[in-house]
Amino acid sequence: MAKKKFVVGCFDDEAVLFPAVKKVRTAGYKIHDVYTPFAVHGLDHALGMRETSLHTAGFIYGITGTTTALSCISWVFTKDWPLDIGGKPHFALPAWIPIIFELTVLFAAVGMVLTFCYICQLAPFVKKHHFHERATDDLFVMVIECTEKTNTADLEAFLSNAGAVEVKTEIAEDGWWLGRYDKDEMPFQTNTVLA
Amino acid sequence: MSVKYESQLREPLVYGDKTYHQVTEDIIRPIEAKPSRLWYIGFFVSVSMLMFGVYSVYREVTYGIGQWNLNKTIGWGWDITNFVWWVGIGHAGTLISAILLLFRQGWRTGVNRAAEAMTIFAVMCAGQFPIFHMGRVWMAFFVLPYPNTRGPLWVNFNSPLLWDVFAISTYFTVSLLFWYSGLIPDFATVRDRAKTKLRKHLYGIASFGWTGSTKHWQRHESLSLVLAGLSTPLVLSVHTIVSFDFATSVVPGWHTTIFPPYFVAGAIFSGFAMTQTLLVVVRKVFGLTDYVTMGHIEAMNKVIVLTGSIVGIAYLTELFMGWYSQNKYEGYTFWYSRANLFSPYGWSYWGMMACNVLSPQIFWWRKMRRNLFVTFFMSVIVNVGMWFERFVIIVTSVYRDYLPSSWSVYYSPSIWEIGFYMGTFGLFFTCFFLFAKYFPVIAVAEIKYVLKITGEGQKERMGTMEGKLADEFAHEYAH
Repeated sequence: MAKKKFVVGCFDDEAVLFPAVKKVRTAGYKIHDVYTPFAVHGLDHALGMRETSLHTAGFIYGITGTTTALSCISWVFTKDWPLDIGGKPHFALPAWIPIIFELTVLFAAVGMVLTFCYICQLAPFVKKHHFHERATDDLFVMVIECTEKTNTADLEAFLSNAGAVEVKTEIAEDGWWLGRYDKDEMPFQTNTVLA
Repeated sequence: MSVKYESQLREPLVYGDKTYHQVTEDIIRPIEAKPSRLWYIGFFVSVSMLMFGVYSVYREVTYGIGQWNLNKTIGWGWDITNFVWWVGIGHAGTLISAILLLFRQGWRTGVNRAAEAMTIFAVMCAGQFPIFHMGRVWMAFFVLPYPNTRGPLWVNFNSPLLWDVFAISTYFTVSLLFWYSGLIPDFATVRDRAKTKLRKHLYGIASFGWTGSTKHWQRHESLSLVLAGLSTPLVLSVHTIVSFDFATSVVPGWHTTIFPPYFVAGAIFSGFAMTQTLLVVVRKVFGLTDYVTMGHIEAMNKVIVLTGSIVGIAYLTELFMGWYSQNKYEGYTFWYSRANLFSPYGWSYWGMMACNVLSPQIFWWRKMRRNLFVTFFMSVIVNVGMWFERFVIIVTSVYRDYLPSSWSVYYSPSIWEIGFYMGTFGLFFTCFFLFAKYFPVIAVAEIKYVLKITGEGQKERMGTMEGKLADEFAHEYAH
């Protein structure tokens, strides 16, 4: 993994952030990400992100649960051990609805949360670079990835004009690694800087 | 971005003109402060109760179910009563976070975190009872269907008791995931402002490396919404299935088709009452009165009076059907064993009626809904009443069987049965004290989201704007 150069602009109001995002994008800069303390509705669209397909994954996990429950129970009660319960039919579908429903919900929920953690790289002991520690408090932190052509001083001035309360340039690793938040060490050190 | 506007007629959900940083400060500060003396006392009392519970359970496991006063016809006594009671309490959290999210009820944001925590702890307590009621608790895994060397002999998928195993375990897992996925961003907030190394390390682990990236928030929103959609039928199914434990039997008093809706309403009723008991205290102790406002308390009291009245109608319907069915066993159970004050357990029926049906009617008065003392007192009364309800359903239906020769002697619990119940209180409050100290008791990120819609400061600004616009319009119109 190589480090990259980023220009960081911090905004303290989402009403200023939205026009700023628009300006930066029209100027042709590539926004790496915007870190916000809460879910700012509409920001994903302003950044040109596509809708997440997480709910589709949830649906697939759900029907997996349904079929697992239905096939397992019917196999057990009609083929493996057809238990006679008061002479009632072996294939007693109405009586299985509660378990089929519960497994549908269970598979969908567990599957979705695991997928969410996987695609967002969230797990215990995972550490990432944080561009500003107040990004989880009260600042909306816009991070712009630099190319070799980027003039950082110009870009910083551009961001200040757009309403950023704080601007800085940082060289950082944009992936994740295993680490502790009370220590700065990284399991590997690379000093190659792209761009 | 569209203009966020909420009617001036609605009460603000966050008082004071707060900035985002102040919200963080207010909610996270109790985590960073040293626990108070009161907290230590409460925690110590809870742990002692838990220890007594552990000893009671130890006796039960060592000497068997005979340590309890269950007898010939009362095979389900306090333990199953307590199980249903705790599961019922465990319904408010997911109702608040799921159903109210789908219904776009803004006031849920102030109370959902604590209510969800309460749900999880209550379900943990509930689970203890059926597990230890098995007697040979080391064989509890027999309830799980897995290929085994006993045939393989499978569990009975047609049995409501097995449905319960699936329902309760799914409910616990899904509630836990829902709760924790909401906590991740808030743990990150605690982590990023932590002053001590240990706190930074521990909350660093708990926050899973959350950065607040827009893409992650987008997925997080999608996840919360789908989990809410899944949890909504789940909440309704869990207590429905618990009611099937009774309703699918052929015992007079249990064999009733209205049980599912009646149990679900009762569960929400007791769950909201427990939420009130805890929040009325927590908001004062942690100085969170700006976030859990009188408006929140009033909204919950409205739910209490609604669900209490639904439960009341269910009681009356049962009595009516006891007579209308002209089935003498049903009639005997409902009119003699329950409604007759002078029958052996008549006191529990009328205790239930007084606590669940009559007393919540006080909440028809706005003044009472907004009175903290009345709210706290009523929340305790409601949960006492709901305990009576489960006791009435279970014990009064089975203490007199079809054969008078097997009628039992008067059932009262042994000290170890009571101890077990006390122990679950200990477990519940131990967990809750730890939660209140080390977790953000209010969803910080969600409050920040609603702050600029329904915060008091924002509403005032929108109000003046609204007035100005009206003036301008009148001015234009005049010319």
